[in-house]
Amino acid sequence: MFTSVDDVSARLAETGYLASPAVATTVFLAARLGKPLLVEGPAGVGKTELAKAVAQVADARLVRLQCYEGVDESRALYEWNHAKQLLRISAGRGESWDETRTDIFTEEFLLPRPLLTAIRGDEPTVLLIDETDKADVEMEGLLLEVLSDFQVTVPELGTVTATRRPFGVLTSNAGRELSEALRRRCLFLHIGFPEEELERRIVRLKVPGLGAALTESVVRVVGALRAMDLRKVPSVAETIDWARTLLALGAGTLDETVVRDTLGVILKHQDDIQKAAAKLDLDAL
Amino acid sequence: MTDVGDRITGLAAALRAHGVRIGTGETVDAARAVEALGLADRERLREGLAATLLHGPGQRVLFDPVFDLYFPRGVGGPEDAPRDREALRDRLAEALAADDRAMMARLAAEAVDGLGGYGSSPGSDGWSAYQTLDRLRPQTLLARVRADVRGRDGNGGAGFADRLLDDEIRRRIEEFRRLVGAEARRRVAERRGRDEIARRGVRPTADRVDFLIANRDQLTELRRAVQPLARKLATRLAARRRRAARGTIDLRRTLRSSLSTGGVPMRPVLRRRRPVRPELVLLCDVSGSVSGFSDFTMLLVQALHDQFGKVRVFAFVNRLDEVTGLLDHGRADPDGLSARIRAEATLTGWHGSSDYGVALGEFAERYGGAVGPRTTVFVLGDARTNMSDPNLPAVRELARRARRVYWLNPEPRDRWGTGDSAAPAYAKLVEMHECRTAAQLSALIAGLLPV
Repeated sequence: MFTSVDDVSARLAETGYLASPAVATTVFLAARLGKPLLVEGPAGVGKTELAKAVAQVADARLVRLQCYEGVDESRALYEWNHAKQLLRISAGRGESWDETRTDIFTEEFLLPRPLLTAIRGDEPTVLLIDETDKADVEMEGLLLEVLSDFQVTVPELGTVTATRRPFGVLTSNAGRELSEALRRRCLFLHIGFPEEELERRIVRLKVPGLGAALTESVVRVVGALRAMDLRKVPSVAETIDWARTLLALGAGTLDETVVRDTLGVILKHQDDIQKAAAKLDLDAL
Repeated sequence: MTDVGDRITGLAAALRAHGVRIGTGETVDAARAVEALGLADRERLREGLAATLLHGPGQRVLFDPVFDLYFPRGVGGPEDAPRDREALRDRLAEALAADDRAMMARLAAEAVDGLGGYGSSPGSDGWSAYQTLDRLRPQTLLARVRADVRGRDGNGGAGFADRLLDDEIRRRIEEFRRLVGAEARRRVAERRGRDEIARRGVRPTADRVDFLIANRDQLTELRRAVQPLARKLATRLAARRRRAARGTIDLRRTLRSSLSTGGVPMRPVLRRRRPVRPELVLLCDVSGSVSGFSDFTMLLVQALHDQFGKVRVFAFVNRLDEVTGLLDHGRADPDGLSARIRAEATLTGWHGSSDYGVALGEFAERYGGAVGPRTTVFVLGDARTNMSDPNLPAVRELARRARRVYWLNPEPRDRWGTGDSAAPAYAKLVEMHECRTAAQLSALIAGLLPV
């Protein structure tokens, strides 16, 4: 899939995803070792984006399983199409039971859900399991077989093994501690907030209209906000939003008024806004 | 390759000694990662090993220093290092102003080599990061670096972001201090064997530090962990609550309803659970010896307040006062919490040392109404009564009135009952748990909190 770490960063950059060295190295290893990637990190640092970018780079189909509380086997793995099976039974009147039975448990009546879809396909696939921490613990057990052996067992059909291993990406916001067994099967990647230099490049790429000096100031202020003890520190997504806001407002440089008026774009709690305003001396004038 | 193999297994063993769970499978993966990445780029190697060996973000702070020991930047001291302190400071100021990480790392190596050695020369007996930093005093370079950066930009500091400059420079200096620490550890490890240094010289993660010996930085770090930890505990509590809500079978009603189906219990009837929100009362010893522990627990419980019907927090040293109001969300400035409690609540009477007997008696007398059959009480403290009466009847009465009483003791179990500790006496009346680290505390809270 990739020839080297540099190859990863170069090709990801082409799709508009600027990868830090850590991200590029881990993606390269995941492809090379054939292990799924468990990506953790605060909201808005581009965990899901990474999976999409990898899919685009590898020219692969993206199969996405969005996890939520109560997601189960029939939503994640497969389900029998009961209505169609009933139709089949009532249509085949004169048949013996044995014929009908062997017929209704075939691929035709199987509704594949994301995990099975990803495993059965012949074309390259990126399997994105999003917000794994939202799913229940039982769901993790289900993922173990899929992620370690890339196979799914359907009792009536037998075991379906992947002919071509999908590139697995699991994301988590660490809302719940994922089980050790699941972590063991994955390569672990923590995407934190980017270094200043990388973030400048990201802003430049996403909001090209913003001046270089203003970009630098934006990134520096966001960096300072992250160092403060806030309830919700701004993420990369917020940096980009802020840059867009400033561009839309036509601000040439950052000054007290502009920052005070737009602080709500990057900080989402009133306490945080007050604290940041005090620390940044916004009331000094 | 065998040498690299040894290093990987050594690294894994050192991480295991710090409580990171690494299996053979991960070590094999790590070796395969090294094979795929090669040894040319050290930072890539670091990321690759971290990806294969670690399982959570908290382990990274442990991993980095250990990695630096097993895969050092270089061997021995730098060549022809100048031993001139002033020249070193000049170059450091320049590197800080330019935010040149590579240069900072090199200067850290030179500084440790030139200023950090102690013992009989030549070839000193050891290297000390503390001594290096004490002689070099990088923190005093702040003003100079600031002027330097401003001069370089040429605008004299007119921009808005300029006011952030001081903090940025401070962070760079902090980074340099960390580099010096890593370098000193590496040099010592060369002399004394890296396995030993990796086990002893690397700080454990904050949640495994003993509350009683944690320093200020570690306590601050812990306080920052309160919110994420509370969120995790809340999901765990919610899961327990959901499981509990499934309930047990109500035999009488199941049999009654089975009459309509000819005595065959077709549909089991579950016992209904009364939707009560549990109430929580916290009694915290905030005297000097255990205040770090109490502060952390108070903040954690406060962060969990929406899980409970009512939370009341009382603090005591030898007198007791309610501090629930001081913990309110809007006012919560976690760093100043203990100072505020001490300033605004009446906690001490004639003397300043803790007295459990008097405080517990006062609680029973003044706030006895706070405890009812729905209340779970947590007592936090080391149960060291300073030789006064432990007032066991008050605790017995408390245990009788409350739903449950738990005592969390930050002292190791083998020290209970030594000296003036009344722990065994209290432990006979209420359930006492050892609670030395944040990791232990979160496990206890997840298991003990009522749902």
